Amino acid sequence: MQQRAEASPQTMQSTAFGARRPVVYYTDSLIKSVLFLCALVSVFTTIAILTVLLVQSYFFFKEVSLVEFLTARQWTPLFAEKHFGILPLLSGTLLTSLIALLVSVPLGLAVAIYLSEYARRPVRKVIKPFLEILAGIPTIVYGYFALLTLTPLLQKFIPHLAGFNALSPGIVMGIMILPLVTSLSEDALRAVPDSLREGGFALGASKLQVSLSIVFPSALSGIMASIILALSRAVGETMIVAIAAGNLPQLTFNPLEPVSTMTAFIVQVSQGDTPYGSLAYNTIFAVAIALFVLTFILNMISFRIRKTFLAAGGG
Amino acid sequence: MSFFKVETRNVSLYYGNTAALKNISLGVPENKVVAIIGPSGCGKSTYLRLFNRMNDMIDDVRVEGEVLLNGKNIYADGVRVEEVRKRVGMVFQKPNPFPKSIFENVAYGLRINGVTNKRYIEETVERALRQAALWDEVKDNLKKSALALSGGQQQRLCIARALAVEPSVVLMDEPSSALDPISNAKIEELIWELKKKYTILIVTHNMQQAARVSDWTAFFYLGELIEYAETKDLFTNPRNEKTQNYITGRFG
Ligand SMILES: Nc1ncnc2c1ncn2[C@@H]1O[C@H](COP(=O)(O)OP(=O)(O)OP(=O)(O)O)[C@@H](O)[C@H]1O
Ligand SMILES: [Mg+2]
Repeated sequence: MQQRAEASPQTMQSTAFGARRPVVYYTDSLIKSVLFLCALVSVFTTIAILTVLLVQSYFFFKEVSLVEFLTARQWTPLFAEKHFGILPLLSGTLLTSLIALLVSVPLGLAVAIYLSEYARRPVRKVIKPFLEILAGIPTIVYGYFALLTLTPLLQKFIPHLAGFNALSPGIVMGIMILPLVTSLSEDALRAVPDSLREGGFALGASKLQVSLSIVFPSALSGIMASIILALSRAVGETMIVAIAAGNLPQLTFNPLEPVSTMTAFIVQVSQGDTPYGSLAYNTIFAVAIALFVLTFILNMISFRIRKTFLAAGGG
Repeated sequence: MSFFKVETRNVSLYYGNTAALKNISLGVPENKVVAIIGPSGCGKSTYLRLFNRMNDMIDDVRVEGEVLLNGKNIYADGVRVEEVRKRVGMVFQKPNPFPKSIFENVAYGLRINGVTNKRYIEETVERALRQAALWDEVKDNLKKSALALSGGQQQRLCIARALAVEPSVVLMDEPSSALDPISNAKIEELIWELKKKYTILIVTHNMQQAARVSDWTAFFYLGELIEYAETKDLFTNPRNEKTQNYITGRFG
């Protein structure tokens, strides 16, 4: 009790000039420096990672031109005849991520609207933990689920589906990011003030009309943010695609064929016997830079969407 | 049949086990303004929300008795709540425009009713905005976000939004308590205009406002209707001691 009184600003001033400073004062400044150090560590880590990426990819771009990297339509750094075009990896990444969004966005928004607008508390109490379980499953389990369960199942309906393909890991990734879309969108929907709902109901709107034409648009910026976040999560996802997509870089948007993604390629090289420092080895840093830029662009887009939406008067 | 436009007969309302309204019988004649006054927590908002069944949305609410609109009990089986709410508009204490354009706010009630005729929607929006005495201020900015309006303008927009669906009764729950004196005066003027076409129930904490705008006044206390009389009688010659204490500011 006494300590607390001493820590208050007025009494602090009087003791600060005195000979004895309270213990709280030292603990406070100690904690402050420790926290500052922690912040510093994260800043340095980021800088260190970026430096390594830039330096290593410098060695790569000394031998491969940026133009070839960005425009060539083949990616075969591990073969005798080498091509270094990132497009096949990019298409594989975008293809699997878009499939994941096609699964998780409609489903996630439907669940979010249900949870925030319709479900009574006991129902919500049952559903939420299930979603959290989905979020907690290790991605390697998802990967084998895609490869060993979903793909054979899908092959019963789609005869042309290859054993390794973009479709199955894409769908499973969609399930993986479903909790992310759901919980962030639900938060955004819940943040819409009840007074707006009441305004709608008072005009004779049904629950569905209020949910879709008032609550949903009011929460759009938050929902957009959740979708973009989910997308960058999908773009960065590694294990599921590394296991089930086939590690075959080809420039295609056919979901039935095997593909490789940027992340899956990085895993493949770093786990193989590619000699350290070789050109093939340095490709992973170039790919990593590309991945970094891609996520950066995604974040910029989400930032722009939010900004224009806020300017238009949305919530 | 009922002589009144809206009426409650022996209505009690319970939140769980606590009675918030106790056996209230009160009728409002057509094209009159009835003010509901009383100390905080006496059940004014609860009473008002009976008429568009807004209390339905709260869990664990029970209503006894009859609430009549044009002589028909709106709590009877088979009555669609949405239909009731289209005929009984409501304006809330805090302006609550939707985060849409001014035009779309007013058009909202038509759109959810499936009206698609563009001409008709435009005409209705203009009429409603004129009725709410907002047209001249916004006619060049109909596409602007409603959230960019001032508080007083927002409240008149909410009134226009309620009027666009052509209700016959308008409920107002302290519609100008959050506004500045000038906006407040505008709203009161508006109520005078509106009563030519609508039947209005208004909750207010402001006794002068009740005296200025209403024909009849009901005084509520602890969930009971203590006194209901013509406004000038109630304020000059209250019959009940509690009413007298309240309007002379001795409690509340
Ligand atoms: N959702 C609710 N659940 C339980 N009790 C409620 C609820 N809403 C209101 N009450 C209770 O019902 C009583 C009447 O509330 P009401 O809001 O109608 O009062 P009021 O006269 O409008 O007050 P004010 O002047 O402060 O707006 C109060 O005692 C309040 O605590
Ligand atoms: Mg109230």
